[in-house]
Amino acid sequence: MELLKIEHIEKYYGSRSSLTKAIDDISLKVESGEFTAIMGASGSGKTTLLNVISTIDGVTAGKIMLEDTDITALKGKELNKFRRDKLGFIFQDFNLLDTLTAYENIALALSIKKEPAAQIEERINEVAAQLEITDVLQKYPYQMSGGQKQRVASARAIVTSPKLILADEPTGALDSKSSKLLLERFGYLNKECGATILMVTHDSFTASYASRVIFIKDGKVFNELSRGDNTRKQFFDRIIDVVTLLGGDLSDAL
Amino acid sequence: MLFKLTLRNIRQSLRDYAIYFFTLIVGVSVFYLFNAIETQTSYLRVTADTRDMIKRLNQILAGTSVFVAVVLGLLIVYASRFLMKRRNREFALYLTLGMSKGGISLLLLCETLVIGAGSLFVGLLIGIGLSQISSSFVASLFEADMSKYHFTVSGGAIIKTLIYFGMMYFVVMFFNTVMIGKRKLIDLMNAGKRSEKLRAANPAVCAVMFLISAAALAFAYYFVGWRTRGLEPKDILIFIVIGCVSTYFLFRSVSGMLLRVFMSSKKLYFRGLNAFTFRQLSSKVGTMVFSLTLICLMLFVTICSLCGAFTIRNSMNENLEKCCPADYQIGMGVVMYNKSTKERVYQTIDAEAKLREAGIDPDKYFESSCICHMLCDTDYTASVYYGQHLDEVVKATGESKDIEYLGDAYGEMTENVISLSDYNALMKLFGLPGQSLADDEYFELCNIEQQTDLRNIPLEHGQEITVFGHKLKPKYDKCIEGTVELSSIPYNYGITVIPDSAADLDCTKEYILTANYNTDDKEKIAEYDDILTNDDLHENLIGDDEPEDGQIEKEYATVYRITRQMLAQANIGTKALVTFLGLYIGIVFLITCGAILALRSLSDCADSLSRYDMLRKIGADERDITGSLFIQTALFFAFPLILALIHSVFGMKFAFFFLDQLGTTSMLSSTLLTGGIVLLIFGGYFVITYLTSRVMIKNER
Repeated sequence: MELLKIEHIEKYYGSRSSLTKAIDDISLKVESGEFTAIMGASGSGKTTLLNVISTIDGVTAGKIMLEDTDITALKGKELNKFRRDKLGFIFQDFNLLDTLTAYENIALALSIKKEPAAQIEERINEVAAQLEITDVLQKYPYQMSGGQKQRVASARAIVTSPKLILADEPTGALDSKSSKLLLERFGYLNKECGATILMVTHDSFTASYASRVIFIKDGKVFNELSRGDNTRKQFFDRIIDVVTLLGGDLSDAL
Repeated sequence: MLFKLTLRNIRQSLRDYAIYFFTLIVGVSVFYLFNAIETQTSYLRVTADTRDMIKRLNQILAGTSVFVAVVLGLLIVYASRFLMKRRNREFALYLTLGMSKGGISLLLLCETLVIGAGSLFVGLLIGIGLSQISSSFVASLFEADMSKYHFTVSGGAIIKTLIYFGMMYFVVMFFNTVMIGKRKLIDLMNAGKRSEKLRAANPAVCAVMFLISAAALAFAYYFVGWRTRGLEPKDILIFIVIGCVSTYFLFRSVSGMLLRVFMSSKKLYFRGLNAFTFRQLSSKVGTMVFSLTLICLMLFVTICSLCGAFTIRNSMNENLEKCCPADYQIGMGVVMYNKSTKERVYQTIDAEAKLREAGIDPDKYFESSCICHMLCDTDYTASVYYGQHLDEVVKATGESKDIEYLGDAYGEMTENVISLSDYNALMKLFGLPGQSLADDEYFELCNIEQQTDLRNIPLEHGQEITVFGHKLKPKYDKCIEGTVELSSIPYNYGITVIPDSAADLDCTKEYILTANYNTDDKEKIAEYDDILTNDDLHENLIGDDEPEDGQIEKEYATVYRITRQMLAQANIGTKALVTFLGLYIGIVFLITCGAILALRSLSDCADSLSRYDMLRKIGADERDITGSLFIQTALFFAFPLILALIHSVFGMKFAFFFLDQLGTTSMLSSTLLTGGIVLLIFGGYFVITYLTSRVMIKNER
């Protein structure tokens, strides 16, 4: 089933005299239950793409449909409600509230939705088990490792059972071991729980965990790879080939 | 270049500095306002007595200004250091770019100069503007006519303000330089990063601490509020210390427990943004227990001094109206003692004739007058009045050291007596209703509240008395509120009114002539007063009635003159003094408290901007976010205020014990006025803080 449909979106910055086309006519689709990665070098427009999908930023032209809603037409309160009910966010720098414990950080996502307090505990224990963070639930962010923080942030993102999970460079601030652990969890959430994940990254290793990779260059879709029956290693090699083709900065990020 | 950077810095951190700047301006203008009173009063047309009082008042205000300057100075040093700390990383950047520490000090010096000069200029302008409005208020306080409007600018006050605030800014510069000089670059760079260590307070310890400090407070409250009579200055000091210390520990324990109390209700804690709100609040409260204690105590002093000042003022006005219902009174009395017969001889005096003898024609001045005979029966003493209840009364008067004084001596004190017809004549003059008595009845006149309570005891039991050989029973079971002598505060400790048939006018120890003038004109009244209270008159009145033979000696001679104007004049100084002092200290303390809380709130808000941003990203409603901000700010401001209010209830109860003797009346209006001032200034700071932080978190979008 088609969950997200992006049709000919454009995003321009600046004035007429110095126009920057951050996104220059991108169209793509994400099926329900897919794990998609968007790859691109710095300045390719991948973060802008994520921002417009997550309604943090608006588009200059085009349409973004999530299920049957055109999210580019939403305003004010509807936006907040949409974000709260349909989307889950995972950020590069975790964005956990440092004054709250892990448990409370996750609970906040539910209490904002005005979920009854009685159901909160049950839901949290469930996602904590899925992300293997049960033993750090009572800790504060500053008492946790980066990987743990990012898994707590992921738990917060999925605890509301969103339609779409958006991850912006989720491994950007993690060491390789933590990255691997987190991505394995993403895979688990995707396969076992049926979560739809859209992840932005410039790291080929991270992208190789996805089932599909979309490459972006200069605001346009450059290429697209599907994992198919490949092993992760084979998929990784194919990604590297494309990255080499893309050249430039991205090759540094191996 | 340096100056350009300075201006840019100030403009950049205007948000942080706004409250600071605002507070400086208010501080400067208040300081000017109260120091300019001296100049304003010089334009008032007042009597010489009032002029003296004004001089004394200005001296006291000048002394208070030193204290106020110290308080404001501490506030400014605190605030500027606080703002400096927030800029550590900026300084680190300058240092890494190669600026020397001296350079940074110079930069800060320039900033302080610019801010100081700006705030002084604006503050003085506002102060001068306000003083034009306040001059009519000053005039009304001294009950002087503002014959002409004067535009007053007090050069002395301006210079004084410049000197005092210049000194404060100098201290600030000194502290800033020292602070920058001491810090290492690495500390400055990492200043923003340190994660706040959450002090994990042991809930059991907190609960015990809470109970102990609450009990200590209750103990102090009880003694100060209900056992006031037995307190000595030393005890009061102890209770003040107990109060301060337990306030501190109360805040500390509450800040430790606050979160747990909220957390104990999962329903409440995990609703909306509550978890976030309470966490924010408890970290804010937890890191400034000491400041909160200071703020609470300052608010307490403010509320008490404002409320006390207004109450004293109101009750003085009301008392004068109640206790001085006539324009003029003269009392004369001479009592001789015959050694051989061991008898008292009461001299008969015709007060009106005496006045005429002294060259004063009463008809020229008085519209109406009457003479009241203050009688004395040496056998009618307090022990007769109280009868079997004397012990009870003595016990009631003295839960204190007064016992010895009252105990034996009290029973032997002679009671004052007047006849019913004198009483009725006097009441007619006062414009009050008269009374009637059967031949075997009496009633008691008193207007001191505590004394009335005691005097009511025998009346309630129908205690019979014997005066001039007549047995009389009380007509009422309560004293009647009233007086014979004119006074500015309740002064009648008890006078027995007996039927004419029982009165023996030969035993008159004082002849009291009370009169109303035949004019309402203020200047004429002053003129009359001058004539009727002339010192030469005194000599003429009392005369030289020296005993003729050695057997008789003068036991007692008195002459006193009271005029309503005299009493009113005597009150003016006290009233003006308490009003000015109350307002001065109250306003300065209020802005100090408001500024500290506001600065802290705003800087916390600035630190939390990313948190609000994050809440928005995960989809929190804008209304919920501003709601959370409102609750945080409101509770933060309310926290010290609530405890200060509780303190004040008992503090005022203590104060009223003493004010009662001045004859305190209703305190409703003074409470309302105090509430209004606190609400205006403290509430104003709250509103500004809330609105500013709301704009701050909205901008971040």
